[in-house]
Amino acid sequence: SWMEGRSTPMIFSACVREWNNVTFSDIISTVEFNHTGELLATGDKGGRVVIFQREPESKNELFSQGEYNVYSTFQSHEPEFDYLKSLEIEEKINKIRWLPQQNAAHFLLSTNDKTIKLWKVSERDKRPEGYNLKDEEGRIKDLSTVTSLQVPVLKPMDLMVEVSPRRLFANAHTYHVNSISVNSDYQTYMSADDLRINLWHLDITDRSFNIVDIKPVNMEDLTEVITAAEFHPHHCNLFVYSSSKGTLRLCDMREAALCDKHSKLFEEPEDPSSRSFFSEIISSVSDVKFSHSGRYLLTRDYLTAKVWDLNMESKPLETYQVHDYLRSKLCSLYENDCIFDKFECAWNGSDSVIMTGAYNNFFRMFDRNTKRDVTLEASRESSKPRAVLKPRRVCAAGGKRRKDDISVDSLDFTKKILHTAWHPTENIIAIAATNNLYIFQDKLNSEMH
Amino acid sequence: EEKRAGPASTLYCADGDDSLYPIAVLIDELRNEDVQLRLNSIKKLSTIALALGVERTRTELLPFLTDTIYDEDEVLLALAEQLGNFTMLVGGPEYVHCLLPPLESLATVEETVVRDKAVESLRKISQEHSPVDLEVHFEPLVKRLASGDWFTSRTSACGLFSVCYPRVSSTVKAEIRQHFRTLCSDDTPMVRRAAASKLGEFAKVLELDYVKSDIISLFTALASDEQDSVRLLAVEACVSIATLLPQEDLETLVMPTLRQAAEDKSWRVRYMVADKFSELQKAVGPEITKNDLVPAFQNLLKDCEAEVRAAAANKVKGKRLNIMLPFIRLIQYTNQHVKSALASVIMGLSTILGKDNTIEHLLPLFLAQLKDECPEVRLNIISNLDCVNEVIGIRQLSQSLLPAIVELAEDAKWRVRLAIIEYMPLLAGQLGVEFFDEKLNTLCMAWLIDHVYAIREAATCNLMKLVEKFGAEWAQNTIVPKVLGMANDPNYLHRMTTLFCINALSEACGQEITTKQMLPVVLKMSNDQVANVRFNVAKSLQKIGPVLDNNALQTEVKPVLEKLASDQDMDVKYFAQEAISVLPLA
Repeated sequence: SWMEGRSTPMIFSACVREWNNVTFSDIISTVEFNHTGELLATGDKGGRVVIFQREPESKNELFSQGEYNVYSTFQSHEPEFDYLKSLEIEEKINKIRWLPQQNAAHFLLSTNDKTIKLWKVSERDKRPEGYNLKDEEGRIKDLSTVTSLQVPVLKPMDLMVEVSPRRLFANAHTYHVNSISVNSDYQTYMSADDLRINLWHLDITDRSFNIVDIKPVNMEDLTEVITAAEFHPHHCNLFVYSSSKGTLRLCDMREAALCDKHSKLFEEPEDPSSRSFFSEIISSVSDVKFSHSGRYLLTRDYLTAKVWDLNMESKPLETYQVHDYLRSKLCSLYENDCIFDKFECAWNGSDSVIMTGAYNNFFRMFDRNTKRDVTLEASRESSKPRAVLKPRRVCAAGGKRRKDDISVDSLDFTKKILHTAWHPTENIIAIAATNNLYIFQDKLNSEMH
Repeated sequence: EEKRAGPASTLYCADGDDSLYPIAVLIDELRNEDVQLRLNSIKKLSTIALALGVERTRTELLPFLTDTIYDEDEVLLALAEQLGNFTMLVGGPEYVHCLLPPLESLATVEETVVRDKAVESLRKISQEHSPVDLEVHFEPLVKRLASGDWFTSRTSACGLFSVCYPRVSSTVKAEIRQHFRTLCSDDTPMVRRAAASKLGEFAKVLELDYVKSDIISLFTALASDEQDSVRLLAVEACVSIATLLPQEDLETLVMPTLRQAAEDKSWRVRYMVADKFSELQKAVGPEITKNDLVPAFQNLLKDCEAEVRAAAANKVKGKRLNIMLPFIRLIQYTNQHVKSALASVIMGLSTILGKDNTIEHLLPLFLAQLKDECPEVRLNIISNLDCVNEVIGIRQLSQSLLPAIVELAEDAKWRVRLAIIEYMPLLAGQLGVEFFDEKLNTLCMAWLIDHVYAIREAATCNLMKLVEKFGAEWAQNTIVPKVLGMANDPNYLHRMTTLFCINALSEACGQEITTKQMLPVVLKMSNDQVANVRFNVAKSLQKIGPVLDNNALQTEVKPVLEKLASDQDMDVKYFAQEAISVLPLA
C-alpha cells in the first residue's frame, strides 16, 4: 500500500487556485472530480464554478503529468431575494455533481440552497466565415460587387470552452438543499434538503417527486434533520440519507413510491458513560458516501469517520478518530460555533483508504487494511511544489510533546478543511483550504509515467 | 465609407428574374447572433437550397450544416426536421445519402428531442434509399452509431435497425441482429432502455424464427435487468411480442416473464403491468387472460403501493364485473388516492352493467362514496353523474347527492368549491328546475359573495349557464332580483359582482330585462364612490350596450358615459372613452 513507509509518498503537486485578496466569496464550498478524473470542479461562496483539466501526458518534463489547470470558469448562481418570504438566497454553491459522460460535452449539476442547475461544458474549435452582404467585421458590402451567393465555411480556430445553462430545477425546496446525487440509471437524480428528498428526471424541470418527507405536522416536534443523501453507485433503487441524530437510513425505491419507511436503519448504540451535553451535536452525521463497490458506507461526524457494512446495521465496521484530542475542548468549540462545522469525507478509488478534513489546514487519511493513519497539512508555507508532504502530529493537552509536534492549543480553528475529493481511480486528491485548492498526488503515481 | 443599398440589381438567379437578395439575407442569418433569426433561416432551408441548386447544396450547404451542431436545441430540432424532407433538394433519391452526415451528427447530441427528431428523419429518408445505397451508405451509418463511443449515438442507433432490416441481404441482416443484441446488453442503462423500447418494433420486422430465437431471449434478459427503468420497458415490448407469436407459444415464451413482471419487486414495474393491462389482455387472448391475467390483476388491485392500485383501478372498466366487484368493495377501505381513481371510473361501469345490476351492485358504492371523507372522491362521483343518469336516472341518488353537494360547496379549500361550481349546470339540468330552486339556488347565490375572486368569477359564469338552461323568465324571478340587490352592498367587491353578473347575464336575459331592470342599477352605480366600481360601470355599459335598444343607449347611457369620461380618475376616464368609441352613440 502506498501509505507504507516512514514518510508518506504524497507529494505536493500544484496549488492551482488562489486569490491574493481573499474575500468571502472566494471561499471554496465544494470540490468534485468527474467520472474519469480528467476534470475537477470547484464551487465557491460567490456562486462561481471553476473547472480544472488534467494536462495531457508529456514525456519530456518529469512530473508534468497530473497537473490540473483552469479549463473554464463561470458564474453558476447569483444572489437572489425571495420576496414572499423576505429571505435572501445565497449564491453559494453547496454541491456539484458530474453526470456520466454521454457525448463529447461534459455536464454537471450545481446547486445553491434552493435551485439546481444543469450546465453543459463543451469545446469548439471551428467557426464559420463568409457573409454575403457584409464582411467579417460587419461592414456592409458594396452590393454591386456581390454577384453570387456564398455559403459560410467552417475554419479552424483556437480551442474555446463554452459553458451553457441547460436546465433549471427550481421551486421544489422549502429548506436548504444539502445534497444532490445522480442515479445509476442515468436519467434521474435526487436533491435533499433539511426535511425532504425529491427525485427529478434530468429532462424534466417542471415537476419532481417527493420520496422522503420527515417534516412533522407540528414543527415544534422537530427533532432531527436530513444532513446528506446519496444514491447507491450501481443499484438504481437504493439510496441512503443521514440525519442529525447520527443515524443512516437506507431506502429501497422499489418497495413504494414514498420512501418514508426505510429498509435499513444504521445506528450505533450510545455509550451511556460518555454521554454529555455535546453528545447529540457531535454525533450528527455531516457527510455520507457509498464506497465505489457499493458494499460500504463512509460517514463523518464531528470527531470520527466511520465505515459501515451495508449488511450490518447494529454498529459500524470501523471507527476512525479524526481528532480525538478535541474532546476536551468541545466547550470552546461550541462557543465559537466550530462544533457545527460540516466535514466531508472521501474514499480512494479502491475503497482501501479514506480521507477527511480537520482544523489547522490538516487532513487525515486512514488505510483500512494496514490501520495506519496520517495527518497531512495543506499549506503553502509547509509544502513546496513537488516536495514530499511531511506527516504532522498533534500533541494532546498534557501529553508528551515531541519535536515538531503541534500543541492542541496552538491549532488554528479558522483554517478548516471541509471539502476534499479523491480521483476516481488514481491517488490524486483535491483539498479545499478556505480559498486555496491543493492537488496532491502520490509519488509513485507520478514517477510511473 | 459605408454604402447603404437596397436589393442589389446584380444578385440574380440562374434563370435571371428572381432577386437573390432575400436568399443572401437568409444565408447570412444562419449565423446571426439572434436565435430567432437563425431559427427562421433554418425553417426556410428549402428556399436556400432551391436557390443554390442541388450541386451546391450537396457540396457547400450540407457540409456547413454538418458542423453546426453547436446551436440551440430549437435550431437543431428545426434542422433535424428539415433534413427529413430534403431528398429532392439534394438531387433526388440518387443523392439522398448526402443527408446522412448532418443527421448523423444530430443523432449524437445530448438533447433527447433533437436526437429523436434526427432519428425520425433518418427513418424517413431510409425509405428513399435504393436497396444498394441502403447497404452502401445507410447501414454503415447505423453500425457507426451502434458502436459509437458515446451512449447518445448508441441510443439513436436503436431506432434505426427496424427500418433497414427488411430491405437488406441476409448477411447484413445477421449483422444487424448482432448489433441489436449487443446494444441490449450495453453497459449504460440509457442504451438498454433505448433497445428495450425498440424491441417490439424490431420484433415486428424479424422473421418468426428469429423472433422465437433472438427476440425472446433478449426480452427475457431485459425483463430481468438490474435497472427498474429497463425492466418496465420490457413490459411494453411484451405487448408487441405477444401479438406476433402463435397462441401455442405464448405460454412457454412470454408468460413466465409476464408473470414475473406482475410480481416484480419494484412497484414501478408492477405499475407498468397494471397500466398496460388492457393492451396485454388483447395481446394474449381470452384463454390466458382468464387463467393468468385476471388473478394477476386482482393482485395488482390489492398491491401494497397505492400508485399500482390506482393504475389497476383505472383499468377496471371493461373487466368482467363478477370478478371485479369483490375487489372494488375491498378498495373502499384503502387509500384515498386509489378510491379517487376508482371513483372516476366506477360511474362508467353503469352503462356496461345496465339498470338492474347498477342498482343492485353499484348504487350502494356510489352512495358510500358520496359520503367519503375525501372531497376528491365525492367530486369524482359527482363529475361523472351523467353516465349514471342515462342508466338509472339521477333521482335514485338525489337524497344522498344533496348533502354531498352542500358539503363540497362549503369546503374550506377553494379549489374544491371551484370544482363543484363547474358541475352545477350539469346537475341543475339533471335534477330539474324545482329541485334546483328548492335546494341549490341558495348555494349558487352564496358563491357570489365568496371571499375568493376565482369562486365569485366562476359563480358568475355559472349563473349565465343556468339562465341558458332554465330561460329568461326563470332568471327574472329567481336570480336577477338577488343579483341587483347586491348593488347596495356596503362591500365594493360585492357591488362589482353585480356588474360582473350583469355582464354575463344580459345576453341570456334579453333586451327587455336588461333595459328595464339591469340598466337603471348600472347607471345608478356610476355615482359610486369607489373608482373601481365606476370604471366597471363603463366596462359594463360597453358590454351590455349591444343588447339595449337605441333609445336607451342615446338618452340614458350616453350622458352617463360622458360624465364618466370627465371623471377625476384616469382609469374611469379611459374605460368611459373606450366605451364611447365602441358603442354606436350619436
